Amino acid sequence: MTSPAEVAAGVTDPEMPMLTLLDLGVLRSVEMEDDVVVASITPTYLGCPAMATMRDDLVHRLNDAGFGRVEVRVQLDPPWSSDWITDRGRRALRENGLSEPGNVGRSVGLSLGPTRRNLYCPRCGSPRTRLLSEFGATACKALYRCDECLEPFEHVKEI
Amino acid sequence: MNDDLFGGDSSQWAFGTDFEDPLAGVDTTMVDDVVADDLALYCLGLADDALIMSQRLSEWCSRAPEMEDDVALANLALDLLGQARLLLARAAAASPSVVPVLPEGSPVPPEDALAFFRSAGQFRNVRLAEVPGGDFAHVIVRLLLFSVARRELLERLRGSRDQVLAAVAARGVKEVSYHRDWSARWFLVLARGTGESRRRLISALDELWPYQAELVRCGAVDLALADAGVGVDPTTYAGAVDAVLGEVFATSGVERPSRGPLAGVGGRLGRDGVHTEALSLLLAEMQVVARAHPRGRW
Repeated sequence: MTSPAEVAAGVTDPEMPMLTLLDLGVLRSVEMEDDVVVASITPTYLGCPAMATMRDDLVHRLNDAGFGRVEVRVQLDPPWSSDWITDRGRRALRENGLSEPGNVGRSVGLSLGPTRRNLYCPRCGSPRTRLLSEFGATACKALYRCDECLEPFEHVKEI
Repeated sequence: MNDDLFGGDSSQWAFGTDFEDPLAGVDTTMVDDVVADDLALYCLGLADDALIMSQRLSEWCSRAPEMEDDVALANLALDLLGQARLLLARAAAASPSVVPVLPEGSPVPPEDALAFFRSAGQFRNVRLAEVPGGDFAHVIVRLLLFSVARRELLERLRGSRDQVLAAVAARGVKEVSYHRDWSARWFLVLARGTGESRRRLISALDELWPYQAELVRCGAVDLALADAGVGVDPTTYAGAVDAVLGEVFATSGVERPSRGPLAGVGGRLGRDGVHTEALSLLLAEMQVVARAHPRGRW
């Protein structure tokens, strides 16, 4: 029989379905407490509106796999970091036209210059990319454009 | 629909989000030697700042100069709404007495009851958050003043002995750093842009500066919680706030405004429930549907 952790590991992010919650780093743990499956998830952003969908998806998938009692807990601490996205998750992002986050810097000082990232276009590989907006369709992404192939693409932000 | 998901009742309050308890799984045990009502009031202050700022920012939906900034402002509003929700839930968990009493059988969760069923005098936000919006320079100046102070606060609140406050601060400081930098860069752009953009920027700064001092004022509740290692005394980061603003002003070639702080009423300010009339109007719009349907379910 498949373990609850294995079942939960197959649940994908509602906004970025090429990523599992595990690869995104949102799914922190899956444990049995007596006969209850307890899954802990950490929001990417505190206002992330997809949390309820993630919870429902986890519950449904585990129910369908025969685990009748499932509890999903929110784990706020430590806060999510884009460094938690796994190598497999990063590959999935690239293969789906998204740009993966670089390492999170430790600087907390005021930054008045433009955010500098050395990005490569996930479609054509060109380094000639340009920031369009620090905010994309979801809080965790910025919007870029490739000056080589002229396609826009989304970059998962370092945070 | 699996009934177990919602404890047998799959309907929810029509206007709320649907994670039943936003603090499920978080340790909400009270730190001893803290008065529950003080903690609740402290959380309400930080929550209301974020909630009212979020509401003002969301008014910009579809009105920003470019679509990218439209999306940015909506994202900033969402970040603050997320912080507000957890802090309101924390206030309710600390002292249920702060939550407005609703008709029996009402499905409204406590954090929504606090957001939608309090009147202006019960809100504890700083008045900077409620001032009516102006032009784009106005939104940038307000966000800069607000996020510089909030970032310094959250930075220090990460060490709170209260688990929820520490967790919200640890996550929130990263979000608000982003808000600060975004607004500071726009401040520079407007200051160095055209004569008109600079004129508007300085005019907004002049209008909003009297509200700035309130962001770093220490009230009795702040002091009590700071003493207990749960809250932060704003005067401890007033210097840091000043330094960051000074850097932005210097880089932009904008003079520090000279207008003095806006007076309160008998020494009472936004944190004490003293507000401008703008807050009532803001709340009227924000709360009207929720108040009309306190039992609304879907």
